[in-house]
Amino acid sequence: MKEEILIAGFGGQGVLSMGKILAYAGLMDNLEVTWMPSYGPEQRGGTANVTVILSDTAISSPVLDTFDTVVALNQQSLDKFENKVKAGGTLIYDPSGIHHLPTRTDISVVPVDAMQASIELKNSKTYNMILLGALLKLRPIVGTDAVLRGLKKTLPERHHHLLPLNEQALLKGMSLV
Amino acid sequence: MTREEIIRPENKVYARPELLTDNVTHYCPGCSHGVVHKIIAELLAEMNVADKTIGIAPVGCAVFAYNYIDVDWIEAAHGRAPAVATAASRLNPDSLVFTYQGDGDLSAIGTAETIHACNRGENIAIIFINNAIYGMTGGQMAPTTLLGMKTATTPYGRTAELNGYPLAITNLLAQLDGTCYVTRQAVHTAAAVRKTKAAIKKAFQNSMAKKGTSVIEIVSTCNSGWKMTPAQSNDWMAEHMFEKYPLGDLKNE
Amino acid sequence: MEEEVRLMKGNEAIAHAAIRYGADGYFGYPITPQSEVLETLAELRPWETTGMVVLQAESEVAAINMVYGGASTGKAVMTSSSSPGVSLKQEGISYLAASELPALIVNVMRGGPGLGTIQPSQADYFQATKGGGHGDYHLIILSPATVQEMTDFVALGFDLAFKYRTPAMILADGIVGQMMEKVVLPPQRPRRTEEELRAQCPWAACGKGDRKNRNVVTSLEMDSTKMEQNNLRFQETYRLIEENEVRCQEYYTDDAEYLIVAFGTVARICLKAIEEAREKGIKVGLLRPITLWPFPKKNIGKLSKQVKGILTVELNAGQMVEDVQLAAECRVPVHHFGRMGGMIPNPTEILEALVTKLSIAQ
Repeated sequence: MKEEILIAGFGGQGVLSMGKILAYAGLMDNLEVTWMPSYGPEQRGGTANVTVILSDTAISSPVLDTFDTVVALNQQSLDKFENKVKAGGTLIYDPSGIHHLPTRTDISVVPVDAMQASIELKNSKTYNMILLGALLKLRPIVGTDAVLRGLKKTLPERHHHLLPLNEQALLKGMSLV
Repeated sequence: MTREEIIRPENKVYARPELLTDNVTHYCPGCSHGVVHKIIAELLAEMNVADKTIGIAPVGCAVFAYNYIDVDWIEAAHGRAPAVATAASRLNPDSLVFTYQGDGDLSAIGTAETIHACNRGENIAIIFINNAIYGMTGGQMAPTTLLGMKTATTPYGRTAELNGYPLAITNLLAQLDGTCYVTRQAVHTAAAVRKTKAAIKKAFQNSMAKKGTSVIEIVSTCNSGWKMTPAQSNDWMAEHMFEKYPLGDLKNE
Repeated sequence: MEEEVRLMKGNEAIAHAAIRYGADGYFGYPITPQSEVLETLAELRPWETTGMVVLQAESEVAAINMVYGGASTGKAVMTSSSSPGVSLKQEGISYLAASELPALIVNVMRGGPGLGTIQPSQADYFQATKGGGHGDYHLIILSPATVQEMTDFVALGFDLAFKYRTPAMILADGIVGQMMEKVVLPPQRPRRTEEELRAQCPWAACGKGDRKNRNVVTSLEMDSTKMEQNNLRFQETYRLIEENEVRCQEYYTDDAEYLIVAFGTVARICLKAIEEAREKGIKVGLLRPITLWPFPKKNIGKLSKQVKGILTVELNAGQMVEDVQLAAECRVPVHHFGRMGGMIPNPTEILEALVTKLSIAQ
């Protein structure tokens, strides 16, 4: 098993941390993982993307030109990465703020209105967990329990009361696709 | 009187400090460095700290300080002695660490290291020889060179327009929260030598007591660079240098 | 601390590895993309556990001179920086080499010249392997390709530095510094005691103690005949290092008709390109130098008798290619493919360059 994933969007949308949670989940399931960010001075706003690779064998290149799955969270990322999805792969995007829809037909294109869902959950910070839920429903590379174990391990103790909310967001995301 | 009669122990009034090595000095006759070296050698023995002393030698005339005082030494790159001393002290907190630096080393190329070591309050003693000239490289202008003073690179005398003003860096160091003792002394008379010795002793004590950084500026002569006799140099220093660099404590906490 | 499996960035791994090695001190100055080393150390507060000293210096110049000061007293000390900062450290590195002091320097390379870019690069290969500062000297240069190697090379770097009394450098690219991977952290090693240090480093200027003679750490020698002897001694050390410490890794070289030579993360990108090439029937292998100095001349020389052509892939305008050409002794064409300014080639580009530059018929 090997899954090559790209998550791209605005800085501040939780792009890097969504990748991190996924990578931690991979670690919990004893997979080999790499998490390779585009790094820069932009902490909020600007563009951010991260490549996450999960594999049951050693990972060679952390730098890729095509991906099994792309999660695009703004128009720029969608425009830039639609063509980078391997034939037969998956493209997830958030339709809010998207004017030009993806056109490819050789991949499965899945809109996930995570913005609206996070408003329903009354917490905008659940945004990336909703997307992660949708991703894991479509590509079940790690179990939700691995995600939650990873979160528990990485979140400071004082934030552990947020774990149920995160689980809720994950399930919400799964229900959207 | 025979030679044997003269060197009878009961007639002994002065001895070479045991920590001064037998190496032939490279300092010019009349230079202030020799006096300050002797004071340090005496103090390290009197305070019984030679075995845990680490001296940091500069670049400049005192680059060979390590040849003369029988303790462990580290020869630093030009201006970096306070950074070298910072690590030596922090990694060896039971040691007595001091730097020995000239005006070019401490107040030109090493200004940043000097200010920041003092500002962090490193438990070190900084011994600063200010003779207002670069002796080692042949008498060029130092930051502390007085206005009007002729040097190899100010052959018509230092002007503020061309070279800026003499830098009284010790005054600046006294303003920093990390320094506990900042003083300016000289070694041109017996009385001045005694005062300087007391000042350096206090600096070493402060370091051992971890009170912060002590800075001992010693306003000095460079008779070769100044192109004077040693006696003339001492007079010239008292007449001109002390006006810009007045002697006394700037800070004593 | 026991052995532990963690997910972390290469830069963070350096910090964890330094503490677990039992390093005595770290002195650094923030610069992207390596600031996480100092940040992680500050967060872990090793001065409360192992007694390791961690200090943010006022500049890279001060930091390397703090390393010089600490190393002079026999301590296991290190610094880290990125390209422009490492340029500032060169004088201090030359002093370390000339004073025969062990120390570890980490360069997480970014694009240059000048202020350049914060994006990854390998453009400091010349600076690292050919000297960098003034005078005749070499550093032992370790090139990590994984976060695990970022961890492991801290211990290896320190061990080699103390074995040969010469500074070692981890020359990483920004990718492996910023990338997170699974890493096995070694168990905590105790810091050396004062007695162990004095036994291991009889040359250290750490206060005379019970020693009869004083120790002086200096690189100055006014007598030319003695200075030449010093230089000959350094060169003898470098000869021993070249003889004993070459490290490299080969992949798919057994039947290779073509060879790619690449170091650091780029070697991993090349590996993916090679896997794609082999699917197309192109028999290409990879040699990854782990030590960039000493350089794996013999391994490359041997392979140059087997293959039809060699391509180096580097994040620079062609630096290591010169060493590969020397090692291949004109037996086969040696070409270079590089990206610069923070650009990273992808596997497809590398495969195209391989086919084009080595004129491989498909």
